[in-house]
Amino acid sequence: MSPFLSIDDVSRLFGPNLTTGEKIAAKLGSKVETRSVRAVSDVTLSVRKGETLGLVGESGCGKSTLGRLIAGILPPTTGSVTIDGKPVMEKGTKVTTRVQTVFQDPFASLDPRMKVGDTVAEGPIAHGLTTKGQSRDYVAGWFERVGLDPDWAVRYPHQFSGGQRQRIAIARALAMQPDVLICDEPVASLDVSIQAQIINLFLELTHDLELTCVFISHDLSVVQHVSDRVAVMYLGRIVELGPVNEVFGTPAHPYTSALFGSVPKLVLDADELVHFETIDGEVPSPLSPPSGCYYHPRCPLATELCSGQQPATQGVTELRAVACHHFEQQLAKSTA
Amino acid sequence: MTTPVLSVKDLKTHFFTRAGVVKAVDGISFDLAEGEIMGLVGESGSGKTVTGFSLLGLVDAPGRIVEGSVKLKGTELTTLSTGELRSRRGRDISMIFQDPIATLNPMLTIGQQMRMAIDAHERLGARASEARAAELLTQVGIPSAKERLRAYPHEFSGGMRQRVAIAIALLHRPAVIVADEPTTALDVSIQAQILFQMRDLARETGTAMVWISHDLAVVSSLASKLAVMYAGRIVEQGPTATLLRDPRHPYTAGLIASLPAMAAPGTPLTQIPGTTPSLLSLPEGCPFAPRCDRATDTCKTDPSMTHQDNRGWRCFHPVTRTAEVPA
Repeated sequence: MSPFLSIDDVSRLFGPNLTTGEKIAAKLGSKVETRSVRAVSDVTLSVRKGETLGLVGESGCGKSTLGRLIAGILPPTTGSVTIDGKPVMEKGTKVTTRVQTVFQDPFASLDPRMKVGDTVAEGPIAHGLTTKGQSRDYVAGWFERVGLDPDWAVRYPHQFSGGQRQRIAIARALAMQPDVLICDEPVASLDVSIQAQIINLFLELTHDLELTCVFISHDLSVVQHVSDRVAVMYLGRIVELGPVNEVFGTPAHPYTSALFGSVPKLVLDADELVHFETIDGEVPSPLSPPSGCYYHPRCPLATELCSGQQPATQGVTELRAVACHHFEQQLAKSTA
Repeated sequence: MTTPVLSVKDLKTHFFTRAGVVKAVDGISFDLAEGEIMGLVGESGSGKTVTGFSLLGLVDAPGRIVEGSVKLKGTELTTLSTGELRSRRGRDISMIFQDPIATLNPMLTIGQQMRMAIDAHERLGARASEARAAELLTQVGIPSAKERLRAYPHEFSGGMRQRVAIAIALLHRPAVIVADEPTTALDVSIQAQILFQMRDLARETGTAMVWISHDLAVVSSLASKLAVMYAGRIVEQGPTATLLRDPRHPYTAGLIASLPAMAAPGTPLTQIPGTTPSLLSLPEGCPFAPRCDRATDTCKTDPSMTHQDNRGWRCFHPVTRTAEVPA
């Protein structure tokens, strides 16, 4: 199948915004930070229509930045993001209606001084999806779709609970009738019993509306539940990509394996406390990433090759790819 | 079983606000033995943090402990004066908070802050204090501890900051540590390192811990017993494995069933309908009744804690494994 959303060799650098004074100071040899951070580094991904791609990684690995690049909120430094062959951000436009995002914190993503119905209607009116006169019915339709009472459209965000606000945020994104929906940690700030409600809503909507979706989360069990395929990121690079059950079942990258091993699991059939694996050390600073493979200082399989040479992304099976010199060794370990 | 180091009986902490009385903690009881870790699980607003604060006497106006007792190694804490409480806090009982950025002073080096914590309860010389501080930093897994004492909080990563906070809490080898979601703000790989370390520390030092968390999975890998809170009460308590495998309270059962790991990928999750009630307008009787599919008219009266073996639950219609569906 042809890819619907394709991300080609996208990188994003964040450099310090130096004032003239600082630039001169740096030239004169004073300690001014002039290095830039490669938040996303040479990422190539494609998502089929109707597919949900999970994006996992620890904080600072660039998963949110990648989400923003796809949504056109940030322009990539190099590379391009296209939907159906057309760039997400066309030259001269400031916004795209094709990609919408649901953010983590529904307390911050809704304007506290706007009625929630107006928040949901604002985008569709501006982009001609509805008119001012018809916007009430239009909003009511989306409110019902996400399980909210349409009469609540005249209320303000503070009158809603976290879960309800997240539903409003989802309605706001969907009311733009996007081709692609980015969910950036949509359940991370919600209570456990509310999380399940939102995940169910998400599953129902993506299925019914045939949405193409990028689901960003640090919670592996949530990603495993909602995604078809998953991409694991480490320090701005994608280290492993493949169908979710295969990647989590038999990880081909040592990082994926370690990440999955360190997630506390609910163990119901053991009376003893379970031992879980931990990864040594911490994520290195992206300002001065290690040489070669970024993961080698923490990797149990690392050899000299890993510190010298950055591993290329190679296919494991037709559907899976991994960036590791020793993936065969890891695969053997995972299958054992 | 040995005598408990911490014994909480019928503790009630209420907040007297303009909008009414908020019963944040409404009659909870538990015992904690030496070296034991108890997980206190609940959603936001269930009163788990206020419980932690109450144990240390840290509840501020308009809130206060209205009833009940907190006994630490036999001493009643709720009747102590502010000064007496101060002399115990940090020495006999200490707390680790969720956000290590907020708990450490950005203007002082780690060494200075640890020194202050030592000086508060003990007269140690500069050299001995430094040695003690360095020893604890090493114990919680901070490399080159001696040099790090001269560093400021901003020079540490989130995980390292939390380790420092844990080291400070451990300085006086307290009998009890109350840990309020200490790993929630951390990455999974760092969280695993810290959980593992805390488990070992509790075993080695005999420090008992109350581990407050909203994450059942985290607590299940750490605590030997669990207490589940809902709307200010403990609705179910018991040994972790028993409670998770065979929950009695519908809320506990619902929490476990709603975890993504409990359903096949892509299938709908079992959800608990509705939202947590406001503590200002709790429904009459069992506070969980409006969200509960087992509720009957009996639930309009308040259920008391039913004890059986070493566990307890607060429900008229407990879930049993053999009969999932009520007849």
